[in-house]
Order: sequence, then C-alpha cells, then structure tokens
Amino acid sequence: MNTDTEQRGEKGDILLDMRDVRIDGFSDERWHHIIKGVDLTLKRGEVLGLIGESGAGKSTLGKAAMGYAQPGCKIKSGSIMFDGMDLMAATEAEKRELWGSRIAYVAQSAAASFNPAHRLLDQTIEATVGHNVNTDEDARRDAVELYDSLSLPEPNTIGERYPHQVSGGQLQRIMTAMAMSPRPDLIIFDEPTTALDVTTQVEVLLAMRNIVERFNTAAIYITHDLAVVAQMADRIKVLRYGEEIEDADTNSMLTAPKEDYTKSLWSVRALEKPESPSDDIVLDIKNIDAAYGRSVKVLKDVSIKVPRGRTVAIVGESGSGKSTTARVVTGLLPPMSGSIEFNGDVLPAELKDRSKDQLRRIQMIYQMADTAMNPKQTVGEIIGRPLDFYHELSGPDRDKRVSELLRLIELDDSFIDRLPSELSGGQKQRICIARALAAEPEVIICDEVTSALDQIVQEGILKLLLRLQKELGITYLFITHDIAVVTAISDEIVVMFQGEVVEQGLKSEILQPPYPDYTKLLLSSVPEMDPNWLDNFVDARD
Amino acid sequence: MHPVITTVLQRLGLGLLTLFLVSIIIFSSIAFLPGDFGEFVLGQNALPETVAAFRRELGLDEPTWLRYIKWVTAVLQGDLGTSFSGRASSGANESRTVVELIAPRLWNTLFLAGVTAIVAVPLSLFLGITAALKRNSLYDRSVNAVTLTTISFPEFFIAYLLIVFLAGYFPTLSTVNDGTEFGERLFKIALPALTMTLVIVAHMMRMTRASIINLLASPYVEMAQLKGVSRSKVILKHVLPNAWAPIATVIAFNLAYLVVGVVVVEVVFVYPGIGQLMVDSVSARDIPVAQACALIFASTYILLNLLADVIGIVTNPRLLHPR
Amino acid sequence: MSEEKTYSAAGEVAQVRLRRSRWERTRIALGKAPISAWFGMIVIAFYAFVAIFAQFLAPFGEAEIFAKADLPWAMFAEGQAQHFFGTDQIGRDTLSRLIYGAQNTIGIALTTTILSFLIGGSLGLIAVISGSWVDQILSRGVDVLMSIPSLIFALMLLSIFGSSIPSLIMIIAVLDSTRVFRLTRSVAANVVVMDYVEAARLRGEGLGWVMRREILPNIMPPLVAEFGLRFSFVFLTIAALSFLGLGIQPPTADWGSMVRDGSRFIQFVAYDWTLALPSLLPAGAVALLTVAVNFVVDWFLHKTSGLRDEH
Repeated sequence: MNTDTEQRGEKGDILLDMRDVRIDGFSDERWHHIIKGVDLTLKRGEVLGLIGESGAGKSTLGKAAMGYAQPGCKIKSGSIMFDGMDLMAATEAEKRELWGSRIAYVAQSAAASFNPAHRLLDQTIEATVGHNVNTDEDARRDAVELYDSLSLPEPNTIGERYPHQVSGGQLQRIMTAMAMSPRPDLIIFDEPTTALDVTTQVEVLLAMRNIVERFNTAAIYITHDLAVVAQMADRIKVLRYGEEIEDADTNSMLTAPKEDYTKSLWSVRALEKPESPSDDIVLDIKNIDAAYGRSVKVLKDVSIKVPRGRTVAIVGESGSGKSTTARVVTGLLPPMSGSIEFNGDVLPAELKDRSKDQLRRIQMIYQMADTAMNPKQTVGEIIGRPLDFYHELSGPDRDKRVSELLRLIELDDSFIDRLPSELSGGQKQRICIARALAAEPEVIICDEVTSALDQIVQEGILKLLLRLQKELGITYLFITHDIAVVTAISDEIVVMFQGEVVEQGLKSEILQPPYPDYTKLLLSSVPEMDPNWLDNFVDARD
Repeated sequence: MHPVITTVLQRLGLGLLTLFLVSIIIFSSIAFLPGDFGEFVLGQNALPETVAAFRRELGLDEPTWLRYIKWVTAVLQGDLGTSFSGRASSGANESRTVVELIAPRLWNTLFLAGVTAIVAVPLSLFLGITAALKRNSLYDRSVNAVTLTTISFPEFFIAYLLIVFLAGYFPTLSTVNDGTEFGERLFKIALPALTMTLVIVAHMMRMTRASIINLLASPYVEMAQLKGVSRSKVILKHVLPNAWAPIATVIAFNLAYLVVGVVVVEVVFVYPGIGQLMVDSVSARDIPVAQACALIFASTYILLNLLADVIGIVTNPRLLHPR
Repeated sequence: MSEEKTYSAAGEVAQVRLRRSRWERTRIALGKAPISAWFGMIVIAFYAFVAIFAQFLAPFGEAEIFAKADLPWAMFAEGQAQHFFGTDQIGRDTLSRLIYGAQNTIGIALTTTILSFLIGGSLGLIAVISGSWVDQILSRGVDVLMSIPSLIFALMLLSIFGSSIPSLIMIIAVLDSTRVFRLTRSVAANVVVMDYVEAARLRGEGLGWVMRREILPNIMPPLVAEFGLRFSFVFLTIAALSFLGLGIQPPTADWGSMVRDGSRFIQFVAYDWTLALPSLLPAGAVALLTVAVNFVVDWFLHKTSGLRDEH
C-alpha cells in the first residue's frame, strides 16, 4: 500500500509532456479546430491552472492530457507523453490501465457523474480495486480516511449512501476522494467548483488543495475563474480560442501579466462605480411573502426600497429568493401578502391586471440572452416590437428609432436583419438591453445579466449599463451572486439569505465592517486575486 | 411507509382509475346507438313487443348510471352479457353468452401472442443492445435500415410476402380447434407468429437501441470510462442497473402493441382468436361482444403499461434509497 | 487600460454562424441527403402525381365492370387481353382501381391527418399556454383515451357509428389527435418556459401573439416530422380497417379492401405465385408509400436534431 510520502519518481521530473497538440471537434455538420497546436508540460507534484473563457478548449485539452478525446472530437496530431509512455500510440487497453490508477479525473457535475445505482463508497474504490492498486478491504479503509481528511461529515458512514442522498458540495469532495483513492500521479480537475455557491466553493477548494498538497499529486486545474485557480496552482496557462496566450507561474501572472488579454480576465474587478445616495423612491417593495404553489414560503417579509436613477443590487446564493423577488415585482408571481408601490401607487399584484403603461415602465433583462430572444425573429423585429406595441410606431418612424437604439447600444444598422444565432454572446445581451430601452422604461430589472458572459464582455455590458443610467436616468434592480459585479455597478446593496433580507444599505455601508454573520461569510468566501487568500481565509476563520 | 410502496400504490390507484374511466367510455358507447337499433338486430319485420322486450333486456328504459352499475357488477362477476346474434324477429332467442364465445378464442390469442413474445423479446433485446454498442457500424446501419423498412410495412403485406415465400412449407390457414395437438398447433401458427415477430422485433429493437444509446451518453458512463473500467464492466455495472426501467417500458409497450397487431394477423390467417371475433362482431354490429373484446384488449394494454411503470419504480435507486 | 480602444461590441465576432438564404439552405441540405431520402422523395412525388391525376391516368373507370375477367399477367400470356394487371373477381380493371385507390386512400388519410393536427395541435398549444387546470383536464383526458389501443377503439366506435367515410375520418382523426396533442404539448412546453415567451408576456402580449409569433415558429420542425409519421400511421390504420372490411366500403376503390378482395386466392399461392398479386400489389402500394415517408422523416429528424439519434 502506498504511504503518504511514497512517490514513483523524483519531484521535479517531467511527468506529462504535450507537444503541438491539435484537436478537432464535429458540430454543425463540419469539423472545427478546437485546439490549435498547444504545448503543455507538467512536473511531478506540480499544479497547473488551465484558464480560459468559454470556447477556449480548456476542457478538451484537459481530457487530451489523459489521451482521451470525448465523443465528437479527435486528437489530430501532436505528441502526448505521460511518464515516458506515448499516449498517442497507446492502445485503448493500455490507456485504460492508466486511467483510474495513475491518472484520475474529477468532473464538473458530480451529481451527473456518479452512477445513481451504486453506493458512493463502492464507486470511490471501483478503479483502485479494479486496477489491483489496493485490496478491497484496504481501499475501503483508506477511502474513509480520505473522506475524513476532506472534512466530509460522518466519514465512516457517508460512503454507504447513494449519490442523490448527499449535497452537491459533498459529492464534489467524494469525487476528489475517488480520484485520490488509487494515489494517482496526476489528477485532472475539470471546473470542479463552477456549479457550487461561493460559500460551498471555498470549503471544497480548501479540501482539494490540502489533499493534493498532502499526497504531492500533480494536477491540472481547469477553470474560468482566475481568482479560484490562483489559490490552487503553482503555474497558470491562459488559453483563448484553442491557442496559448500566456504561461507563467502564479505570482508573476497576477502581478505582471504580459498580455492584455490576461489582464482582461479580471477587468470587471477594476470597475468601481462611485455611489450616490438618494431618497427619491421609485419602487417600494413592502413586506412581501411569497410561495410557489402551496409549498413553503420562498420569500419572508421582504422589503426593499429602490431610489430613482440608482442601482440596487440584490446579492445572495442560490435559494436566497433574489430571483423570486424579481418575479414578484414583474407580476409573474403574485405575493401571498405585502404590496409593491411604483411612483407612490400600488401596483396590481397580477400581471394581467396591470395596464400597458405600468408594464412599459418596468422592463426586464435576463441572464441567458440566448433564450431571451426568439430565434426566429430578426434583431429589427425584436427591437421593433415594443416600439410598435407601446408607442404605436410603424414604418419609417419605427426603422429610424430601431437605428437610434442600435447606436445607443454601440451597434449599427448592419445588425437589423440578423437572427440571434448570428450574434455573439455580448451582442445578444446588448440587443436585449435595446429591447428593454425601446419601451422607454423607468426601471429595468437585470437578472444575473452578466454571469453567463466572459469577463471582457461583462465589462463592456456593465459600462454600457452605467452610461445608459447616466444619460437616461434609468433605475436598475440588479440581481447577482457576483460580488465583483456588485462593486462595479451598485449604489445600494441588499443581501438576501433563505428568503429573507439580511441587510440593506449603501454600498459603502454594506461592504465595510461591522457585518452581520451571513454577510461576513458571503463576502469572505469570494476568492481574491491573491495566491495567499485561501490561507488568510483559513487563518481568519480559525 | 417506504416511498417505493407509496409510489407503487399511487401508480396502482391511477391504473385502477384509468380502468374505471375506460370502462365508462366503452359502456357509454352503447348510448350513441341509433334509435332503430332493435329493428337492425331483430330484422325489419320484428314485432313491436319483441323490440320492446329487447330494449328492456338491454335496459334502455333504465337510467344510465343504474345500467352502468349493473353492467360493471356483472363484468366483475365474469358475466359479459349476451350476444346479439342468433336472435330472430319472431322473438326466438338462440343467442349465446359473450363469455361462451370469448373464452376459447382468448386462449388461442394468448397462445399466439405468447409464442411470439418468447421469440421476439430476447431476439430484439439482443439486436437492440448490440446495435447500440456497435453504433454507426455497418451492422448497426443495416439492422437500422431493415427495421425502419419493416415498421413501415402494414402487417398484411408482411403476412402475404411470407405466404408467397413460405406457402410450400407452412400452412397458410391457421385453423385450430380444441382438439388440436400442441405440436400441430405450433406448426399451424408458424406463419402468423413469424409475421408478428418481424413487426414486433423491428419496433422493439429500435426502441431498445435508442434507450441504450441514451444511457451510454450519460456522464457517469464517461466517468466510468475515465476510471479505466473495462468496456464489458461499464455495460454490466454502470449501464445495466439503470436500464431495467427503460427496457421494461420498451417490452411492455411492444407487448401491448402485439395485442393490437394480432387483430389483422388473425384475420389474414383465419386464426380463431379474439381479434377475429372482434372484427366479426363489429361487422355484425354485435355490440356486447365488441364491447367485451374492447374491454379485454384495453385492460391488457393498461395492465402491461402499469407493470412496466411498477418495474421502473422498484428499480429506481432514488426511490429505493430515499434521503 | 487599453481595452477601450481594442474592444468594440460590433466588432465582436466569435463563432458567428453565416446565414444563407432559404433556397440556398434547401439546396445544400438536398445535396447532402442520403440515397434513402432521395428514394423517399421521388416515391412520394410519384404517388402525389398519380393521386392528383388519377382521372387522366386510369385506363378505365373506377367501378367499370367488364364481362371478361382476366388473371394477372393475362396480357402477356394471351397477348390480346386489355387489362395490364388483369381484373378482380367481378371484372373491374385492377390497374385502374389501383390508380383510383391512390386518390381515395391518400386523400382520406391526408384529410384525417390534417384534421387530427388541427384538433390535437391547437388543444396542445392551449394546454401549454393556459397551464394549470385546463392542462390537467386535457392531459388526463388524453391519457385515458390513449390507454385504449387506437385500432381497438376505432373498431368499437365503428361498430356504433357504422362504416362511412365521414365517420371513419372523424373517428380516426379524434383518436389520432391524442398523439398529436401529446407531442405538441411536450414540444411547446419546452418553448413556453423560454425567457422570450416570458418577455412577451411581461410586455403584455395577448394569447394569440404568443401562440402564433413566439411559440409556433419554434415548434415547426418536430411538428412537420410528426406530420409525416402520423400520416403514415393513419394511412396504415385506414388500410388495416379497410382490409378488415370495416373501412372504406365498395364500390370506392381502396387499397386495403383490394387486398381483402384479392386474399381469396391466397390459399392457392403454393401452386401459382401470381395468384398472390391481387393482394400483393395493393399491399405493396401501401408499404412503398409508408417506407418512403419514413425514410424522408428519418432524414429530416436527423437533420433538424443535429447529431442526436432518433426519438
């Protein structure tokens, strides 16, 4: 049996060496280049952060490090050497011998990646026993120890449960235990914390880092969040559109990035709106209780005041009730009790009882611009419809106004005839903003509008929203889970937790101590661009 | 109570409710009969008294709900009523009870369907699973093309093709009676059973293939591969335990289809089964017999689907091991 | 920072798909169509042609009875017979009846399918959009109707209403609309939860706009495929019913009843296989069309669902 210190080679030897790797993927009935000639080397015991935005090919590259191409992909050329073994030339059987014994994989969605039909402990040790790395009995005992060192509750019995019986954060840690069970030389972490809330993420990160350090395992950590990878990695490689942008050790990457693109990865963190208080309340949410169907209440006595021409950010984790609050304001979910006043008048609770003018004054922008636009309508139709519907504009007047709106969101007339599928992510979100502006609203509810976008695009959208607020005096009710975005855009902050408002006030008040317990936990759990942040977090907590 | 039991009971309750509603639909169809129906059954020159007596027998002068209750109670006691045929305008009544007519034929149909199922189920599961595992191979594509063609064929076309090619070897008429020996019975139903096997295998194989492909695409199967689990173990340990529910659904759906497909095939081969009986009774507008046949077909169909759902419930790990 | 100069929203072009005109796209799609799909399209076009121009194509009348009955292939055997496929047992020209049969059988099946889509499609949309109890009632009702096998249900209803063409069309359309309802409801349910539908509702749009402009255009591809599948199913059901003697009644020419009429020779097939032709010709005509429709639908489903497999 492996002891904690046993290693197959010396630390510092090259473990993985990938040269000029090219990978193609099949979609839309043709082959595309996903990875366009990337080199990657990894020493024993080293943790490499692989970072990039959507479409960068980081996950594909990560799997290729195992010699695996997911269905619909093929590794076209290049060399992949793992500890002297040529994975490009290896047979399936040879690679299978490697996987689950010397290379392990931790997937993004733990809930989907565990087999629902088997107990967690059996799945944890399956590869270890299957590859004869360890006996069944010893592997079980060892798994319990791993559970314990990953701070899982009830480590002796949690393995007896089935995947659906434990939480997402726990599953992710059990998957780390599963990867660690055969004491591999290399673990590939594929966005393991992306689906988790920040307060859960920090626990999982800590557990993963400690165990990787303890066994001195080499790892490739794939993520889109630079602050997260800064806590885990010794070295970071930045990918974009299948090509390497920059490769440097973590400290120099954060302090002195060579490429502009690398800098843009934390561009949102550089934005900060100076707050300005106001007492002119446009939207007054008073003592709202709400529930879906007859189930438990999802909102409990929620009151929020939204001043005119300002941004109120509602922050909270999943299940905090922040999106439900938006649904109540729009009239999609009539509350059980409480009321909403708009410009001093009570708004009817139900959507169908509101007048056209009331509807016009409150507009909404969604998280996924993809699903917020009818794929069968052109940009002109999408922006033109509210003009027609609310302002009865038609013909050349309407066309003229559509052009004006397009210029307002920094696009031009060439977009009028495009379908949503012909737009990039940021352009789609801009069209959604234009559609909201076309109604000439007083309040726009923004539901996580930037969280599906890459950093540089997020920055552009946030700047646009700020400019529009300055020019048109629009009020935003801004729902987000991202503290960096909150800093960038808000005047006031509302913190929600489990359906209740924990705190409301000016940005400066909320982001400064003293904090209520939950706010403190939430704020302290957000990783910062500092490799020592996780250590400081632990120190502060202990 | 354990959630599996509660869910199974709920499902059984829903099945009973469906049976109840279906019985109402089948029963109430008689209410749509045209007014001169007595004359149609008894002949143009039936005496008014005879017609009136006939109407009384049907209970047409009683309120509908009372008739329904009487009908259901009778059905539950195994009394499916009396056939319309064998009645004369004079009032003479030589009609037989529906049960008498149905019982021997039901057995014949079950025999035919059973023989087909014994051949078809293992065959199509084998074809479906192997095609899914060798997806997009030549084998997969040819099995796929053949089955797509077969499911597009009407049953009678397949039947006649088989007759043309195999008429020299097997009987083209499947006349059996109570005295027919088992071996001879098998020989006589060879062609109808083969016809139905071809149709059912095509359907069942395609559905099995699709559901296995669906399972193979799940992230936990990729995870198992990335753990270096061998291909056969991936199938046995990771795919199979989750395949019971979809496979049970596929089998039940197709056995139910078998029940319906039997009607046409029985007529082609003049096989004395319940499908043939239903067709005859519909042509003769012998409503009690048609109703009884419909009730039997519908309940078989409902019970098979119920069984598939129950299998799905008791093999679902989420329900077996509640939080 | 320098991003402001280098970044512009309009210039952001990552992975944007090029649009082609409808005609161009159709041409490209057709160019890539497999042989089976081409075969299907040609067969369908041929059937449509025969069905539409039956009056001009048929050498004799639909119910015209000739004194001299011919066997199939009699023309070749004797050299002077005037009936290409011979005549049926009462002396009607088989070829003419096959041609008229195309018109009748396809016409009735098409009418029935359209009717069942009108009923099932609109109820499905209404169920999805109104939600709550309307959806519950409709869906549960459809569940109950679907729990009776449709051929059996059709047989039972025909015993009540009798076999006339209008009642045949109505009965099958209603029974088949339950399947259309199911599909429309499930496809539209995926669309109705999209944010753009919610956005239209928040704007204050009426039911008509939401149905016509937001939902319908987005559920067309699966509905079109389903139309093909439902058509071949209805077509087979009608053929089966006619074959059982309970569908289209004589003297109207129809493939199902032609199979039935021809079947009386079938016992003698072992002695002369051409005796199977009176049944096999119309049965083959039915089979060929359904195979063709299925091939085209199979290709269409593959094309519209990307790499996904059937179902």
